[in-house]
Amino acid sequence: MQLATLVLGLALATGLWSAVQAINTQARENYAEAAERLGINRFATLSSPSGPIAVDTYVRIRRAGWQVSPVLEGRIGLAGRSFTLLGVDVLTYPMEIAPQADEADVSPADVLTAPGRLFAHPDTIRNTEQAALPVPLVTSDRVPRGIVMTDIGTAERLLDRPGQISRMLVLASQPRDLPPLSDIVPTLKLTAPRAGDDLSRLTDSFHLNLTAFGLLSFAVGLFIVHGTAGLAFEQRRGMVRTLRALGVPLGLVMRLLMVELGILALVAGGLGLVLGYVVAAALLPDVAATLRGLYGAPVSGSLRLQPEWFASGIGMSLAGALAAGTHALWQVRRLPILTAPGQHSSGLASETAFRRQAQAGVAMMLFGLSCPWLLGGLVSGFVLLAGLMLGAALMLPLALSRVLSLIENRAQGALAEWFWADLRSQLPGLSLALMALLLALATNIGVGTMVSSFRLTFGGWLDQRLASELYITARSNEEGRRIESWLSDGQADAVLPIRHAETWIVNQPARIYGIVDHATYRDNWPLIASLPSVWDRVADGTGILINEQLARRGDLWPGDSVTPAAGWTMTIAGVYSDYGNPDGQAIVSLPLLLSRFDGVPARQFGVRISPDRAPMLKDALLRNFDLPASAIANQAEIKDRSIAVFEKTFVVTGALNVLTLGVASFAILTSLLTLWTMRLPQLAPLWALGLTRRKLARLELLRSVVLAGVTGLLALPLGLALAWVLLAVINVESFGWRLPMHLFPLDWLRLWLLALCAGAIAAALPARRLNRMPPSALLKVFADER
Amino acid sequence: MLLDVQNVTKTYPVADSTRPVLDGACLTLGAGETLALTGESGSGKSTLLHLVSALDGFDSGEILLDGMAMSPLSDVQKAALRRGPVALVFQQLNLIPSLTVLQNLAFHARLGGREDPRQIAGLVDRLGLAGLENRYPEQLSGGQQQRVAIGRAIALRPRLLLADEPTGNLDETTSDAVLDLMLDLVRGAGTALFLVTHSPRIAARMDRHLVLKNGRIT
Ligand SMILES: Nc1ncnc2c1ncn2[C@@H]1O[C@H](COP(=O)(O)OP(=O)(O)OP(=O)(O)O)[C@@H](O)[C@H]1O
Ligand SMILES: [Mg+2]
Repeated sequence: MQLATLVLGLALATGLWSAVQAINTQARENYAEAAERLGINRFATLSSPSGPIAVDTYVRIRRAGWQVSPVLEGRIGLAGRSFTLLGVDVLTYPMEIAPQADEADVSPADVLTAPGRLFAHPDTIRNTEQAALPVPLVTSDRVPRGIVMTDIGTAERLLDRPGQISRMLVLASQPRDLPPLSDIVPTLKLTAPRAGDDLSRLTDSFHLNLTAFGLLSFAVGLFIVHGTAGLAFEQRRGMVRTLRALGVPLGLVMRLLMVELGILALVAGGLGLVLGYVVAAALLPDVAATLRGLYGAPVSGSLRLQPEWFASGIGMSLAGALAAGTHALWQVRRLPILTAPGQHSSGLASETAFRRQAQAGVAMMLFGLSCPWLLGGLVSGFVLLAGLMLGAALMLPLALSRVLSLIENRAQGALAEWFWADLRSQLPGLSLALMALLLALATNIGVGTMVSSFRLTFGGWLDQRLASELYITARSNEEGRRIESWLSDGQADAVLPIRHAETWIVNQPARIYGIVDHATYRDNWPLIASLPSVWDRVADGTGILINEQLARRGDLWPGDSVTPAAGWTMTIAGVYSDYGNPDGQAIVSLPLLLSRFDGVPARQFGVRISPDRAPMLKDALLRNFDLPASAIANQAEIKDRSIAVFEKTFVVTGALNVLTLGVASFAILTSLLTLWTMRLPQLAPLWALGLTRRKLARLELLRSVVLAGVTGLLALPLGLALAWVLLAVINVESFGWRLPMHLFPLDWLRLWLLALCAGAIAAALPARRLNRMPPSALLKVFADER
Repeated sequence: MLLDVQNVTKTYPVADSTRPVLDGACLTLGAGETLALTGESGSGKSTLLHLVSALDGFDSGEILLDGMAMSPLSDVQKAALRRGPVALVFQQLNLIPSLTVLQNLAFHARLGGREDPRQIAGLVDRLGLAGLENRYPEQLSGGQQQRVAIGRAIALRPRLLLADEPTGNLDETTSDAVLDLMLDLVRGAGTALFLVTHSPRIAARMDRHLVLKNGRIT
């Protein structure tokens, strides 16, 4: 039974840790693979800050002798979904996109001459969807998931962007003595091979999130391992004493115990790995869905067994057990041969220890707090987080002790007096488990608050951003114009063109939109900072709006000036929130956009109409213009889809939260079991003085519930601090947006009740055991004390 | 008769031996009377005290307290007995480590709902514990702890005070002083005292002296 707890504790800790590890490594590997295939990282790129590159610029560079490969990138609707289409020059593109010759036979001529070929990973578009495609499809597992590739000529045609190039890859091997690129094409911007682009930065932050959870579970795991190892030694105390009394050298005894613990750790670690694998396999599809939905990063939903996390799991189990074991052994070494285990616990000695611990905790918190001021950046945000959490955990025993002595002073009646005093004297033994509980609860509150704040903000933001009832994407500019004039002819209340050009703002790729002046924007747009009469400024062409990401990354705020394209400077009139989009974005008036950029497609627009007439109008449009259903999106549908994506993001977080709480409750159980042999001699006298076993058992249950409850109360401020750090520090650093913090007292209440349950469940076993204990066994306790 | 032990047998279900610890033990004790019980180590003296204080059940026979039979009592009734008419001073004291001396002294009486602050203040003086009221048991010497344990039992004002080798760990002078005190307090309150001891000297100071041997009392 006790062996089972020990093994189970170790296994749980290892399991939690390795599950997170497994998910992380898997996702990371998938991403690296994709990045490799896309060639995102390996090549320098040439791009134009002012939009697409013209073909003659490309020709000029080639004439000068530079080996470059043109790429045209755009979005394309295929088989009812929207994909990134990457048009490459198949002859110079540095990576293979066609499948290996023995899998499918594609001749270069087919690819290069009309209608051309599309290449996509079998997971992206299935062969069965062939019929719906404008160009024959070749499935190839060399193409990253989620992307469609083709020859650049075909892409020009499909995207309706003849003669345009989005960027050029500068190939690795170049002839010697070339004139510098900055002389040939001074207007183009050369970007060095990037270690990570926006996509990887975003996914990284998600992984960071998971890693933070992993670390937390590691800490909680260590607490448990510590507790269980302590349990193992506690049970052998008597044996050690006897062995030593018989003259067996202490060193030998200790070595034997260590070996025993090591073997147990290996067995339990193995079990934990299996557990972790199961959990990871269950969660991975969700993680994959989250990453795909949120960031478009390709992650396969299946899990491979990997040596790294195998090793790290076993390592954690061993290291944890040995660390905890050393501590326990140290106590055994100090164990006098003759005295019996602890009757001496008035709680006097522990008070000083608590105070010292709390001081260390304060120091840790201060260090964490000072970090962002000194260093800045995402890492310091996490240091702050770690400092806060660990510092608070260390301060917990003192805080608990103070709270309990406050209550103790108010207590009426002998039993109440004993209960509170005893509770306080029990703190040293339980403090580790309670720390684990504190951390688990605080994380739960913190992450929960973040998630709920995010959800709420995001929902409101969607309402504002998606104010139009219908969104239409025409197949061509010409069709767009026809639809627009038809709509303007009394069919809709208003037609709002959505037209945009790609550009670079403060050295980042950004999309710039042109809008017409309309109440839809004036009433709804989610501005977070603005100059007075901001919409007038945009309308008369003197002001530009930028999104929050751009504002925070470039530290640009209303009143500052910004350069949306080469040789074009504007004053920022406002900043708006723009969640779920990693890139920069800006808004100017439509005439201004058209005067600055050529060939801005005119295929998308929003339609204002009373919501009940929207479905009818949609039908009419589909009929009149013979549009595919995917060309018209209903606002309500978009909202549902977007919200679904974000909901998924946090499924994993939620699951991990519940896991940590369960594990923390297990930590309390192991501590209670560890203390059991010491606890009985403290309870038996009360029984002898006239309390029934049932009553004592109830008090034991109550004790655990009270401790969990007080810990839960103390976890609240910590959790809120954690939420604030996540929302205002970590989020800004990793995503570029800051979220307002909302409070959810009902969630706290629910969590607090859960904590009480955790305390009750943990104490149920020992309490039941006490209730069933025969009197002779209790009397034996007295005999043993002699 | 305050206490009437009739033909009690008690066997512990220990691995091999099923030889009874008590085998038809009989004993009577009147109100206010003092009694010493001696016997070899392991003869079952503590066991008898445990049975009399309703801590454990017995196999056959009966124990009557003030005419009331113990064997049919429920757990709750037995517990009430232990914080009412019967108090036991344990061989190993069983002070409560997380409570102060004063709290320990009052604890049993308060549990039984018979606390009398003036009486307890008096006890502190009589037991020579003045100045130590706010210490914890671990901060006391063995003799001081013993006095707290005795005081705790007396503060309950039981009708029957049981004491299991109350002077076992004390030197002769101290044990004499403790015994004087006990007899004094017991006589003042009209309490009956049933004391287990190894010392013939102490046994001689009681009204009666019985010996437990082979599970029987002679
Ligand atoms: N709870 C118990 N379970 C099993 N056996 C017990 C228990 N308590 C006592 N015994 C056994 O019963 C016998 C009598 O024990 P008891 O403690 O009553 O003796 P004692 O006369 O008080 O001895 P001492 O003078 O050493 O205190 C012993 O053999 C002891 O091993
Ligand atoms: Mg005895």
